[in-house]
Amino acid sequence: MIRIEVGTDDFDIGDESLKVAGQGGGAIASFVGQVRDDGNLLSLELEHYPAMTQKALREIAETALSDWPLHAVTIIHRVGKLSVGENIVLVVTGSDHRKAAIESCSFIMDKLKTVAPFWKKETRADGEAKWIEERASDVAASEKWGK
Amino acid sequence: MDRSITIIYFAWVRERLGIDQEQVNLGEGIETIRDILTMLSERSAAHAEIFAAVEKLRFALDQDYGLPTSLIGSAKELAIFPPVTGG
Repeated sequence: MIRIEVGTDDFDIGDESLKVAGQGGGAIASFVGQVRDDGNLLSLELEHYPAMTQKALREIAETALSDWPLHAVTIIHRVGKLSVGENIVLVVTGSDHRKAAIESCSFIMDKLKTVAPFWKKETRADGEAKWIEERASDVAASEKWGK
Repeated sequence: MDRSITIIYFAWVRERLGIDQEQVNLGEGIETIRDILTMLSERSAAHAEIFAAVEKLRFALDQDYGLPTSLIGSAKELAIFPPVTGG
């Protein structure tokens, strides 16, 4: 089963992992991405393209479900203004086996970063604001899956 | 018959243009995303400057990724935005 959430609300990794575990299997993998403290970051503003975001995330989840033996996939991505240390994204996958759970979780994050229409704007402590640019390493990580 | 399409902008593309969307009438000979960009480039210096660097942009027709050479077909919405940076 696929669960996709995009919004301003925070999530609880424990609750979400339990929901995935409740759908069968003995292997649950998860990833949480947070706003990184790099010294002088004040906040991150996350913008998205609502009409496309759900569709893009669902397609990624469906690809994972068809390519790995999974019972459940949860993807939660927050938008709006976030401070250092706050949660941004959660991926949870559930399978009978460790390898499928971990690999598919990694696949979903790699694709999400290069396909799902989100944009981050950072504001520094000195007031300077700038849009974060795409990283070549993220593109390479996404392409290595070949799907 | 004249068709029209809604162009929507995100992130720095939206900020630099100063608008989040606009309407375009698809006249004779406007068939690809590139044709729309050429037409929009006449609207302002900001449009022209942004659309000249097509490699810095990404496109979606009715919420599916497209390329400058993609045919518009019956799409109702063209989104223009920078490479995505979520996650």
